[in-house]
Amino acid sequence: MSTEVPAGEGKKDEQAEPLDVLDPNVTRFELVKEALRRDGVEILHYEPRFPVPGTKEEKRVVRTISFFFVLSGLAALGFIVAYIWWPWEYEFGGADTWSKWYTPVLGALLGIALGGIGIGILTWSKKLLPVEELMQERHDGASDPVERRLTGATLVHIGDETGVARRPMLKRALLFGAAPLGLAALMPIGGLIKDPGDALFTTGFNPKFNGGNPVRLMREDGTLIRPEEISVGGQITVFPAIPGGATLKHADSPTLLIHLREPDAEEARNNAYEMNKGSQWENLIAYSKICTHVGCPASLYEQQTNRLLCPCHQSQFHITNNATPIFGPATRALPQLPISVDEEGYLYATSDYKVAIGPAFWERERK
Amino acid sequence: MKRRKLDVKQLPAKAAGELDDRFQLASPLRKVLTKVFPDHWSFLLGEIALFSFIVLLLTGTFLALFFDPSMTEVHYEGAYAPLRGIEMSKAYESSLNLSFDVRGGLILRQMHHWAALLFMAAIVVHMGRTFFTGAFRKPRETNWLIGVLLFWLGFAEGFIGYSLPDDALSGTGLRIAGGIAESIPLVGSWVSFALFGGEFPGDSVIPMFYILHVFLLPGLLLALIGVHVGLVFIQKHTQWPGPKRTEHNVIGYRMFPNYVSKQGGFFMLVFAVIALMAGLFQINPIWMFGPYRAEVVSAGSQPDFYVMFLDGIVRLFPAWEIRAFGFTVPAVFWPGIVGMGLFTMLPLMYPFLERRFTKDKAHHNLLQRPRDVPARAGVGAMALAFFIICTLSGANDIIADKFNISLNAMTWGGRIGLLVVPPLAYLMTYRICLGLQQHDREVLAHGVETGIIKRDADGRFYEVHQPLAQPDEHGHTSLEYNGWTVPKKMNRLGALAPTLKGFFKPIEQPAPKPEADGEDGEVGDGEKREEITAGK
Repeated sequence: MSTEVPAGEGKKDEQAEPLDVLDPNVTRFELVKEALRRDGVEILHYEPRFPVPGTKEEKRVVRTISFFFVLSGLAALGFIVAYIWWPWEYEFGGADTWSKWYTPVLGALLGIALGGIGIGILTWSKKLLPVEELMQERHDGASDPVERRLTGATLVHIGDETGVARRPMLKRALLFGAAPLGLAALMPIGGLIKDPGDALFTTGFNPKFNGGNPVRLMREDGTLIRPEEISVGGQITVFPAIPGGATLKHADSPTLLIHLREPDAEEARNNAYEMNKGSQWENLIAYSKICTHVGCPASLYEQQTNRLLCPCHQSQFHITNNATPIFGPATRALPQLPISVDEEGYLYATSDYKVAIGPAFWERERK
Repeated sequence: MKRRKLDVKQLPAKAAGELDDRFQLASPLRKVLTKVFPDHWSFLLGEIALFSFIVLLLTGTFLALFFDPSMTEVHYEGAYAPLRGIEMSKAYESSLNLSFDVRGGLILRQMHHWAALLFMAAIVVHMGRTFFTGAFRKPRETNWLIGVLLFWLGFAEGFIGYSLPDDALSGTGLRIAGGIAESIPLVGSWVSFALFGGEFPGDSVIPMFYILHVFLLPGLLLALIGVHVGLVFIQKHTQWPGPKRTEHNVIGYRMFPNYVSKQGGFFMLVFAVIALMAGLFQINPIWMFGPYRAEVVSAGSQPDFYVMFLDGIVRLFPAWEIRAFGFTVPAVFWPGIVGMGLFTMLPLMYPFLERRFTKDKAHHNLLQRPRDVPARAGVGAMALAFFIICTLSGANDIIADKFNISLNAMTWGGRIGLLVVPPLAYLMTYRICLGLQQHDREVLAHGVETGIIKRDADGRFYEVHQPLAQPDEHGHTSLEYNGWTVPKKMNRLGALAPTLKGFFKPIEQPAPKPEADGEDGEVGDGEKREEITAGK
């Protein structure tokens, strides 16, 4: 029994006789070559890395590779041992604790274990596998024109069989059916949609959070603030004195309260916009801490120059001039919180901010 | 009945036979085994991204076992003493626990983060390789499109991922993302409210990000990576021009054993590098930032490197807010939304734009050296310059601090640089490409510089050139440039013996020194010297 082997496609044929694949006398390498030939692969160059087996250099390469594999195994064992027995529980402040080396030891051992395997395999591949250079035909590009024509005709025929082109009413009806269905499938996303309402225009200083009464200022720990508690030139972050006023529930409310020096306070009063007139209480002035660029806390206060810097994108605001931006990407001044002192001597906001605080949005002037 | 003896050696063959009986595997399997892959170091850049992604899946699965994506407020009582008793979200608490109270948790967290950085870095470099060598040309445009999408998916996945711990730094990033979302005309506040389930920060963004981060985006990434690699396999890899290499063949080695063993070894090496970095270099120490609070920020707040270009351009864009008819288009809309849209669309469109200009509709399997397409190299350099300036500007406060430069000067430098440097990069790259082209032609026509200076009888000095072929009577060779490296040094022509191998002692013995000529007592290697006549 013999199989007919088609001659290579236009290639030079090394063997005029087609190889009898099923002949028991054919060597394995001949079979491999035949397989390559049938798959369109031509051997340009092929030689064993060590034509004479057992040379000194071959043994050396084998030893090197074995070393890396053994190293890897040892490191992996070390990793397991360290993972289990190395003291790992974190101790704070201990300068010479074993546990602070836990992660570096694990990393180093794991790195050596993985790297050893990697280097071993790569050395094996580069130093022991045969040197080879093969050429394979690509057979890419378009399909055979006959195939294209047959498939094209089949496709058009299938289209014709549905008869959409001949029955325009069906087409329109289907379109009408499918389009709303597609939209309907999008509807569940509606669960995410929430009406912003006036949420972007109000902060925790709005009396509506305090039963209609003006909201006092408080520190983060909840203590109320008397004006004399802030030294001249000092600044603190204040929050609305309502339940949860200093939490993320009122992330729009953090406010910077600054005690200006006398001449600066005078300057600020003279510069005040119409809207901001009377918002200062004596030399105390309060600005929203939320940057009008994209909402980071603008919290670096430069006392000497009366500038406020936002550390995220470096917008700078002029404290004694309505906190208008004088550098950087911010466009609008930080809104000023109108403050006063009540009969018990505590600072409070006479009203909410008069404009929306924080980053700008499409309808921010519509309120 | 006689019991048949089990022949262990025959088992694999028997199993293979049983499988082939059922699935007819012989022919397709052999095609995979003997598939030929071309070889070049630059083809491995994409593999780094692929391997990092596998590490991300492995480590991410571990992290998911311990992470609790909840914004419920709790008191921290874990091992890290400085934060004990502080109110924080469960997400932040469980991230801290992963770092301090889970055995081996910190190294896996750091592996995950480093692998993410390596993933994105490898994507950027791989994209550069594909771009500058023209590997995106027909028929591989689809894979370029998928690659660009993979960058943006990785960008989103990375940003969302480092937002999950809910620490002060990532919360600041979220606040900025919220501010950018709010800037969209007409629907900005609605988009922001949908994202946060109400006014920032709300209590739903972490759970929502979690499901995106561990299910939706990785699923998409995995699917697209599968298609990306599958297309490389089906369309066959591009190759550099060279001897015997044409548009219609692939020259290299077989998938098995050479290619697969190299890939396997390389995967282990990438994995090893990530493990070493995770063990030895700290990344994202969330315990130092504290929980997110709206009024807290620290100087030097930088996102991960692949988001820095966005942060940088947001820093540089001038305060140009548009207000008309009572409506506002915030300045950040332009860099944050329009800019990112352009950064997505322009790379997506590039293969088609280039084809429109070059009118090149041919099928390409051979790569181009960047110097041979100066305009494309210039465009790439321009894009890179833009990206680098944006990225550096994302850290302009750090640069200003470390180099004692005014912060405002950094901002202005970035603004001017963004307009001036990219065109300059284009022009310079274009000229450098032309210069390199010219030098290639020069070597092909006159030969390699030997470094030997000769002096003529009339006192004239000239350098001897080694021609690459038999020169004509004018000393010129007419060799055609074939799109591949032109040898430019004598040792590339085999003029110098290769170095001897061996670490402590040479494996191969050096060739024995021939006896010295003796007679004239000349010192040297004793080889006969002849006058160099070539290249005059």
